Amino acid sequence: MTFDWGFVGEVLPDLLLGLRYTLLATVVSYAFALVLGLVVAMVRRAAPRPVAAVVHWVMEFIRCTPLLVQLFFVFYVLPSVGVQLSPLTAGIIGLGVHYAAYTAEVYRSGLEGVPRGQWEAARALSLPARRTWTAVVLPQAVRRVIPALGNYLISMFKDTPLLFAITVPELLFEANRLGGQYFKYLEMMTVVGLLFICVSVPAAILIRFLERRYAAI
Amino acid sequence: MPQSDNLPAGAAGHAPGEEPLIRFDKVVKRFGRNVVLRELDFTVDAGERVTLIGPSGSGKTTILRLLMTLERVNGGVIWVNGDSLSHMRRNGRLVPANEKHQREVRKKIGMVFQQFNLFPNMSVRRNITEAPVHTLGISREEADQRAEELLDMVGLRQKIDAHPTQLSGGQQQRVAIARALAMRPQILLLDEVTSALDPELVAGVLDVLREIARTTDITMLSVTHEMAFAKDVSHRVLMFDQGRIVEEGPPEQIFGDPHEERTKEFLHAVLEG
Repeated sequence: MTFDWGFVGEVLPDLLLGLRYTLLATVVSYAFALVLGLVVAMVRRAAPRPVAAVVHWVMEFIRCTPLLVQLFFVFYVLPSVGVQLSPLTAGIIGLGVHYAAYTAEVYRSGLEGVPRGQWEAARALSLPARRTWTAVVLPQAVRRVIPALGNYLISMFKDTPLLFAITVPELLFEANRLGGQYFKYLEMMTVVGLLFICVSVPAAILIRFLERRYAAI
Repeated sequence: MPQSDNLPAGAAGHAPGEEPLIRFDKVVKRFGRNVVLRELDFTVDAGERVTLIGPSGSGKTTILRLLMTLERVNGGVIWVNGDSLSHMRRNGRLVPANEKHQREVRKKIGMVFQQFNLFPNMSVRRNITEAPVHTLGISREEADQRAEELLDMVGLRQKIDAHPTQLSGGQQQRVAIARALAMRPQILLLDEVTSALDPELVAGVLDVLREIARTTDITMLSVTHEMAFAKDVSHRVLMFDQGRIVEEGPPEQIFGDPHEERTKEFLHAVLEG
């Protein structure tokens, strides 16, 4: 078995196109997960108890079922109730919601880490609720959880190949197609692995940097 | 002047025109099965300096926290300037207060905490200006100017751009005092403000408070174990035990000639200890 570098060079543009989808899905889903997770954590903390409880159980359900099943659900089941989504949109929603269930937990621990005295001081100064959240509580809570959130970015990136299953033309999808077409699976799967490393490692370094930068308040 | 018709508990009359600034009316507070305040009645007049003393767990801090609406009463009413903290008037009836009503009443009250509770993510300047700008809606320039004056008063003008973590405990507490005063409260609540400080830093904080007592007519309600300070600034001292006022009177009397056995015991323990 020989490794055909020439072939890799030939199909690299196609693979990079796939990588573009992978990165796009990661970035958009992650932004979605960051925002939705924060909303969930705030609702669980501040909303009336029944609402908070419902949100809690929905999130628990999401965390306890496989991502792949959720992706299939969004892409193949929702159309039967009239919600037709493109593969990429379905993938972004699936990944985003799934990871929101995890980021919500991260934010929750961050919020719990903000001492009660901070809330009380804000109340004693009659700060409006919005200001209490945006100026006092969230800056302190988010700072603490940047490392944990960063790790989920890398996890999510490594989960994007699951979008293959709902026909998003991301990196693995392309590599598999080309590998099957020319019977060059060795080259294709190796390159997929290498491309993932090329993105993950710098991302991990960036996260370590942010961690150090925000570690001290 | 509140009417007594729909009051949850007997709001016994106070002569018209003499309504005190703060009035506790049969206030009950429980934590679970533990009754902290038992039908407590007491009043504080505008400009008065009142010190609450007593063993821990006697309900002193709870009184301040109730006034700041950090806790809710389980019974009775607390009146501030004729408004109930826990109830508001709607169509002539008293109904449980909503957040807006509480915020309005609370604006007149400032509090300094044992643990300072400065916002660590903000500079000293922003700690002081945040609420005036966002709660009272005054301009940033005006708030800044006021912050500078207050920092002059507490002797920390040069620390205006520092962060709380760069300050000693005593300095943090002085900033916290400035922060509370920036809201121009009528009432200042001081909750064991020197208890968390290293002994050598206590005097600096107390000097600032003495100065405030001397130069303003702000109403002060303090919980403290600093008996010398209590003697200096208060008009009246209330001795608490088990959620009740055991004895009250001018500081000279309470510290010089306490009548109640419980007060004598307590003062003996504190002053000897």
